[in-house]
Amino acid sequence: MSHPRPGRASVVTRPFWEATAEGRFLIQRCGACHKAAFYPRPACPHCGSAELGWEDACGAATVHTFSIARRPTHPKFTGDEPYVVAIVELAEGPHVTTNIVECDPDDVWIGMPVELVFDEVGDDGYALALFRPT
Amino acid sequence: MSVRGTAAVVGVAELKPTRWTDNVSTIDLFTQVGLAAIADAGLELSDIDGLVAHPMAGVPMLVPSTLIESMGLRCSFASTVDLGGATGAAMVWRAAAAIAAGQANAVLCVTAARRQRRIEAPGPKRPSGSGGVGGKDTSAWAEFEVPYGNVGANIGYAMIAQRYLHEHRATPEQLAKIAVHQRDNACVNPDAWFYGERITVDDVLNSPMVADPLHLLEIVMPSGGGAALVVVSPELARKLDRPKAWLLGAGECTTHKTITYAPSLMDTAIKPAADRAFAQAGVTRDQIGLASLYDCYTITVLVTLEEAGFCVRGGGGRFVEEHDLRFNGDFPLNTHGGQLSFSQPGLAGGMSHVTEAVRQVQQRGGERQVKDLSFAFVNGNGGIMSEECALILGVEP
Repeated sequence: MSHPRPGRASVVTRPFWEATAEGRFLIQRCGACHKAAFYPRPACPHCGSAELGWEDACGAATVHTFSIARRPTHPKFTGDEPYVVAIVELAEGPHVTTNIVECDPDDVWIGMPVELVFDEVGDDGYALALFRPT
Repeated sequence: MSVRGTAAVVGVAELKPTRWTDNVSTIDLFTQVGLAAIADAGLELSDIDGLVAHPMAGVPMLVPSTLIESMGLRCSFASTVDLGGATGAAMVWRAAAAIAAGQANAVLCVTAARRQRRIEAPGPKRPSGSGGVGGKDTSAWAEFEVPYGNVGANIGYAMIAQRYLHEHRATPEQLAKIAVHQRDNACVNPDAWFYGERITVDDVLNSPMVADPLHLLEIVMPSGGGAALVVVSPELARKLDRPKAWLLGAGECTTHKTITYAPSLMDTAIKPAADRAFAQAGVTRDQIGLASLYDCYTITVLVTLEEAGFCVRGGGGRFVEEHDLRFNGDFPLNTHGGQLSFSQPGLAGGMSHVTEAVRQVQQRGGERQVKDLSFAFVNGNGGIMSEECALILGVEP
């Protein structure tokens, strides 16, 4: 699949994208309420605290929901259909949008255990976080 | 405090949806449909002192003044609403609030969208669903959704539907029946895009799968058009020799932009919005004679029936199976055909649920008039079940 690129990261999101080049998926952990958050934000979406620290996600997740795109949802995916767009729940709690790869789209199910697998690092220096069946 | 008794809708207008609106500017569509609604209300241009519109392609800022200038209005209240498909419903109570605050007496709420034939230009294509108002999208959506193809509404609602079918029982036939009965309604609405084209449950289930589990005939078709209405003070409403749709209740809730970050896929923002609207109106669910529910997809209707309290959570499929959803049935739903059969002229698609409810409450439904109608419930839904707005309209204040 030839994915659209994430574009220019902001000051807040850059650490996340830079870590992807090292094969790490960073989430934020709130120092005040101790909850995990994704995507990177300037303040905790659970309690509003700015006391956010980075933490490596373990890479384990389950499929929360998904769909099989039978028609391309972006011009860059033309010819790649059918492909799976999914929301996965990280072991740490946050939900993340991704593609389920390395399996037949018809074999994906809700609750399926999946693991993080990074795409190649692009010209922008970032890698996209994909998931495959465990 | 409640919106009950603060305002009434006295005039509505719609442009018949078209597949393409070549060579017409969005501002021209706004102006045409806005002036038609003022005329329908029996008012003059000089009577209108409020305007509520929405962001549009081609006018990056200063939307209200652009329209005020185009229509020749002079307004003491001018605003935009940016709540996607909930915009039309959300305009109505904002207009009533402005009236209650003494800032206006007659407010024009107007929505419109053009649809241009796609001209292939050299260079990278822009993904659809990126907002379209102009400028590069710098939201989290561009960084964390677009690279994975979570773009446009189909895939988002498909993921809601998939989760729904995992947690609850509903059959493809039950979902398809929503599209079929709404099509029957459209067949008594000459302005509906699919007027005269009846479909069956088999037609829906045999139509191509677009994003599992959504079939083509469970998905709205985009079009160009416009819809507008005029909200007036109770004093002005009583002076006008026009049928009225009184605003009895309103509620709203917004929780996320992208479905991935919704607090829950099943415990939606529809419920708090609807509960507030019913509480304000002092009306019960079984008094509702028309449900005008935002229907970008069949799943949206199913979830809204449950979340708005017309049946229990998880009971939507059975509810649909047990009721006749046509204008002359026991649970009239989307009597104009819904957007699934009327088509979706941008944000005017959401407004069509309001204009149809107003027409029905005004007893101007013609051939598709719901009998003995006293109260209508309207739900506007924006984004991927992101923005929800509920209204209750009634024959008496």
